[in-house]
Amino acid sequence: MIAELGHYALVLALALALVQSIAPVVGAQTRDAALMRLANSTALMQFGFVALSFAALTACYVTSDFSVATVFENSHSQMPLVYKFTSVWGNHEGSMLLWVLILSLFGGLVALFGGNLPATLKAYVLAVQSWIAAAFYLFILLTSNPFLRLQPAPLEGRDLNPILQDIGLAVHPPLLYLGYVGFSIAFSFAIAALIEGRIDAAWARWVRPWTLAAWMCLTLGIAMGSYWAYYELGWGGFWFWDPVENASLMPWLAGTALLHSAVVMEKRNALKIWTILLAVLTFSLSLIGTFLVRSGVLTSVHTFASDPTRGVFILAILVLFIGGGLALFAWRGPLLKQGGLFAPVSREGALVFNNLFLTTACLTVFVGTLYPLALEAITGEKISVGAPFFNLTFGPLFVPLMFAMPFGPLLAWKRGDLPGVAQRLMAAFGLGIVAAAITFAVAGEGSIWAPFGIGLALFVMAGAVTDLVERTGLFRAPLATVRLRAAGLPRSAWGTAVAHFGIAMTLLGIVFVSNWAGERIVALKPGEGVSLAGYDLTFNRMERRGGPNYREIAAEFTVRKGGVPIGTMAPSKRDFASRDTSTTEAALMTRGFSQLYLSLGDTEPDGSVAIRLYYKPMVLLIWLGPVVMMLGGALSLSDRRLRVGAPKPAKSALQPAE
Amino acid sequence: MIRRLTLLIALLAALACAGAARAVTPDEMLKDPALEARARHLSSQLRCLVCQNQSIDDSAAPLAHDLRVLVRQRIKAGDTDGQVIDFLVARYGEFVLLKPRFELHTLLLWGLPPAALLAGFAALFLLARKRRKPTAEPALTADEQRRLSTLVEPQAD
Repeated sequence: MIAELGHYALVLALALALVQSIAPVVGAQTRDAALMRLANSTALMQFGFVALSFAALTACYVTSDFSVATVFENSHSQMPLVYKFTSVWGNHEGSMLLWVLILSLFGGLVALFGGNLPATLKAYVLAVQSWIAAAFYLFILLTSNPFLRLQPAPLEGRDLNPILQDIGLAVHPPLLYLGYVGFSIAFSFAIAALIEGRIDAAWARWVRPWTLAAWMCLTLGIAMGSYWAYYELGWGGFWFWDPVENASLMPWLAGTALLHSAVVMEKRNALKIWTILLAVLTFSLSLIGTFLVRSGVLTSVHTFASDPTRGVFILAILVLFIGGGLALFAWRGPLLKQGGLFAPVSREGALVFNNLFLTTACLTVFVGTLYPLALEAITGEKISVGAPFFNLTFGPLFVPLMFAMPFGPLLAWKRGDLPGVAQRLMAAFGLGIVAAAITFAVAGEGSIWAPFGIGLALFVMAGAVTDLVERTGLFRAPLATVRLRAAGLPRSAWGTAVAHFGIAMTLLGIVFVSNWAGERIVALKPGEGVSLAGYDLTFNRMERRGGPNYREIAAEFTVRKGGVPIGTMAPSKRDFASRDTSTTEAALMTRGFSQLYLSLGDTEPDGSVAIRLYYKPMVLLIWLGPVVMMLGGALSLSDRRLRVGAPKPAKSALQPAE
Repeated sequence: MIRRLTLLIALLAALACAGAARAVTPDEMLKDPALEARARHLSSQLRCLVCQNQSIDDSAAPLAHDLRVLVRQRIKAGDTDGQVIDFLVARYGEFVLLKPRFELHTLLLWGLPPAALLAGFAALFLLARKRRKPTAEPALTADEQRRLSTLVEPQAD
């Protein structure tokens, strides 16, 4: 009964979406205010019905109603309650329902908080949002219905894939989807602007908070996924350049570029056409990401071809929206007037530089991810594109980007003074050089990239601090003035500095881990020990333990530093009988920003057990960086001008749509 | 039926990859740390053929084990890194390389990113030049000049 209710609510949401796809457009064309306002109600009701549908599915999972096919396939009555919740989206059908839930949530938010938007713009935005929603409701109802029943109902479920039974992965998809789907707002705004053929600085001010919010979620979501892979997959890597990861990195790169170009548009009324294009591309990449992950095309072109319904459907959505969006852009884009001239050396110029490198980096990931698929589909040749390729091509693009980062915020709009900015960055640069020199002296031989990376990271960090020092006049003005200036500084300026500091933290972590991580792979018997990076581990004993839906073997180690015990580590291997699979639970010991990482391998015939012990110096910086970046985004989002919203032109409400 | 079977085999192979921390085992490792380091580096460049995007260094699949042992055998036999890679490519095809070679069929893969960067710079350069030219505003007509002077003069006093 509950499942049917959820199914029906989704059908109603589709009906509402269809109404909302057409009515506001007609309203905007005929300037019928009532028709345009209709979109507000339908958007909110859509969210209500999708939320009801999602709640219904959640109820089926929590009550372990195995007569529902997806519950049977992805849940188990003995599973801890929290995983019964999270397994709602731990599978294809449920995750697509989550996708549309977030989509309708954003639509509802625009309807609710878009009060200061010009009426026609809002009508078009909600209509475009509804086109996307309608397509995905149809996709779910026709190819991925999560509410299908089984007859007769099985007694027990097949359990959730054990590696997904983890709190990190429980939070990862919703955050990622908030990011992916949040970019749909930027897309809808872009399409609406193209339809209207009119765009101004206020447009950027409306779009920026949505983009920023989406970007924050995506940043955190990617970091979360990376940390999950680090501790769950058992060999301590933090980024694998896996196509699934790349699918989330591409919208992030494009979204980051969009954030920066929208600043130029808001402040200087320039880069309009480019910003619109980026808005279309960013969401397109989100759609491509969804397609890559959901269609099965990644496993192999052949898997895709053997069960094509879902893949072809998403591909059709992809072609419709990306093709349609780009075609509209090609047609209407030239109508948009360019404004705001600027010299190459200026804040605008720096942001263009940022955009150029970010989009090229995005293209690199795009080509690397899709090239093997395309080559196989066209010529049948199989090649692999993996981490060594991406490290070689992606890394060099990020170096100039990072190097230019401190310059950007210090340059003036319109025409900047590069020698002057360089002078102000002297201290930061000096710090970078000193850090690089110290690294070189201490680390001695080895990769030349290590000192370079450390120097670069510290330069960016110090540059971010310099930016704030310059703006507040610290060390130059009296303290009272500094305090006043700091209070008067726009939050977005703080946000920029904090976010830039965050990415430098990530860089620092990556440099440390890739250059100075230690590793020991040994087989140990109880009583034996192993040492790494000044830590001595002794293997005490093996222990069998039971869990709610698994059994595990744990190995207990005592960790000593300089002879003094500082704790125990107990990595384990879990066997899930319901799925006949096992997972490795690594043990982590955090020391400052560094971690000891211990994971279990096979037990040898002679009773010894194989272990992998890693020392990961500064590894936590890799994920703290994105958290700091997100805080920077939050600061920027709380900026007064974004909260207050764009000033409303006197008679914007009923301007002709041209 | 055959398709089902291949799918099943692929699935089983994928499952074998997933069980982690069993990648490089102690008994596989070479005694000489320098040779072992070379083996590890080479392993990270080679794909486990039955896995999704995993190097043989990371994979727990039996095939990856075999390949790791093979790489170490070649190294012990005195092969250079290049010879080991050539040997594996001859045996398993270019699919085994995680970093494809620069050849005709990978031209776009390697060429597109730098080409895009250069094209971006070129486009910006051309755009900046085009912009700079028409900055000289057309001179005011006599009529506009007269209107301007009537507007400006009262303030000049």
